[in-house]
Amino acid sequence: MDITVNILLTIATAATPLLIAAIGELVVERSGVLNLGVEGMMIMGAVGGFGAGYLTGSPWIGLLAAIIVGALFSLLFAVMTLSLATNQVATGLSLTLLGLGLSGMIGTSFVGQPGVRLPNLDIPVISSIPVVGKLIFGQDPVFYISIALTAAVMWFLFRTRTGLTLRSIGDSHTSAHALGIKVIRYRYLAVIFGGACAGLAGGHLSLVYTPQWVENMSAGRGWIALALVVFASWRPWRVLAGAYIFGAVWIGQLHAQAFGIPVPSQFLSSLPYLATIVVLVLISRNKRLTMMNTPASLGQPFVPDR
Amino acid sequence: MMRIELVKRPQRSALFSVLSPFIAFALTMIAGAIMFALLGVNPLDAFNIYFIQPISEVWQLHELAIKAAPLILIAVGLSVCYKANIWNIGAEGQFIFGAIFGSIIPVLFPQFEGPLVIPLMLLLGMVGGAFYASIPAFLKTRFSTNEILTSLMLVYVAQLFLDWLVRGPWRDPQGHGFPQTIQFGDSAVLPELMPDAGRANWGFVFALVAAVAIWLMMSRMLKGFEVRVLGSSPRAGRFAGFGLNRMVFFTFLLSGALAGLAGISEVSGAIGQLQPVISPGYGFTAIIVAFLGRLNPLGIVAAGLVLALTYLGGEAVQSALGISDKVARVFQGMLLFFVLGCDTLIHYRIRLIGVTLMKPNAAKLDAAPKLEEAR
Repeated sequence: MDITVNILLTIATAATPLLIAAIGELVVERSGVLNLGVEGMMIMGAVGGFGAGYLTGSPWIGLLAAIIVGALFSLLFAVMTLSLATNQVATGLSLTLLGLGLSGMIGTSFVGQPGVRLPNLDIPVISSIPVVGKLIFGQDPVFYISIALTAAVMWFLFRTRTGLTLRSIGDSHTSAHALGIKVIRYRYLAVIFGGACAGLAGGHLSLVYTPQWVENMSAGRGWIALALVVFASWRPWRVLAGAYIFGAVWIGQLHAQAFGIPVPSQFLSSLPYLATIVVLVLISRNKRLTMMNTPASLGQPFVPDR
Repeated sequence: MMRIELVKRPQRSALFSVLSPFIAFALTMIAGAIMFALLGVNPLDAFNIYFIQPISEVWQLHELAIKAAPLILIAVGLSVCYKANIWNIGAEGQFIFGAIFGSIIPVLFPQFEGPLVIPLMLLLGMVGGAFYASIPAFLKTRFSTNEILTSLMLVYVAQLFLDWLVRGPWRDPQGHGFPQTIQFGDSAVLPELMPDAGRANWGFVFALVAAVAIWLMMSRMLKGFEVRVLGSSPRAGRFAGFGLNRMVFFTFLLSGALAGLAGISEVSGAIGQLQPVISPGYGFTAIIVAFLGRLNPLGIVAAGLVLALTYLGGEAVQSALGISDKVARVFQGMLLFFVLGCDTLIHYRIRLIGVTLMKPNAAKLDAAPKLEEAR
């Protein structure tokens, strides 16, 4: 019983960063912007979060720093693609490349240093109820943030007027502009929100998942988050489901390695990446479904004519 | 509060299409100077160590050529993809698979020697890279799966596969347990161009030949026209009878083969055996090279040399100033950012407009003063 609970807990921990980053990117893409820099913003959040936590000794300041660093880093992308109308694919890629380089340089002095870890929630009595207590009342704080964030984004996109406006911009920026909606302003806010989420996801990696700094510690999670958004056909609750499936794959291969299954560890390690490809193929095979759900102006630069 | 406004030019500016890489380079220098100053190093000293000293002697130019060769080879292939609006970003994986396929002969058949070995290895390398690139191409054409994500995921898989090979079945039994294959035999090593002067090998020649060949294809042949038409308007391409699916396969196989050639040239020329890591991110840096070279094969040769210098400079500042060689990656990332930003100047004028948030009317009256207008 305890083993099952522990496995479920680790799956939740592995799924949380994927979920947060993907939810952020979902909002960005719903506004019609494709930011391929998730991996770069995530790793910057990880190094920023670790650094601030390590220097101040407070994991909470670390978490806050991760969010701010991610948001600031995404601002770079926003200025380029929204104000200068650069190619979004190329700019997103360069954000990832710059993030990986910059984090490696900043993090040189953090390698091998002991980090600080965000404590798990611990409510007296309630958290010690068997099974349920640990699963529902004993996880790390970011887990609760991720669930609340998913619900909030769901509500925002589909139950508020601003959310509707955001989606309309994603589907047709020209029409939205003609209606007097500030397309660029909405997109700026969406991109910065996505950056803050990616930063938070990175902070989770270096403050909860493995409280230390390892170069390239995001290990492709930013890219998997991007794939999750496609897999979820831009629906928040499907992102939640997808993130947990991938969390299970990630943890499953780790456990398989630990149990010494007679398969080379490298093959097990490549499972999350292969699973991403399989899932993408399965979802994109249905062309009509993809066409229907993809924000129609996704990835297209918009220059308002005045 | 300030706002940037873009004003479309009537036609693309010929001046800025030439100038923009240079402006981007200058801006990167300025940002780099600030970065070095923040790290507590005199920027002029740092620049001297980073950009001048690594290329002040002949043997160092050879090292530059060694680093530039894979970058140019991969980037000319990618430029064709990107011109066609097809996004292969998994060149790093295709590079690794080229290296693995090409190494089949020296690792599994070391007794096979003679002048045929090298050509066969190069051919196998190209086949390996093309094979690996055909996976995202197949998935895109058959299931319309996003090629950006699939080609990138395959990079991680390729890295792990190489890791398994050199730690497992291909490990040198006499290698004291080090994760590496046997040293390639003499006839499996790519010859050096001028052994007396430096280490540069034939890989650099391959890169130049590939650049000229692709330049001819893009500017003088129907295939190049097809690439450009499909890239700028897939609909127009369809009416002209150009198949988009065929184009996806063509560009992926071409860029994969070139990345594979770069992979086997690197392993056979510069390294001499397979190791767990055979590339300092050439496949990703080549993306920057392709854009810095304006997706033009001849521009890419120049851009490849510049980016090769950032690698050498990174190693130089690490040994001389004790700064992490990750500084190279930062320079590369900044350069790509500035290149993309400056490219906006080709199609648009940029206006900075001061906006007063409180008084919209005043803002309207003030709209005229342009703080800066790009000419």
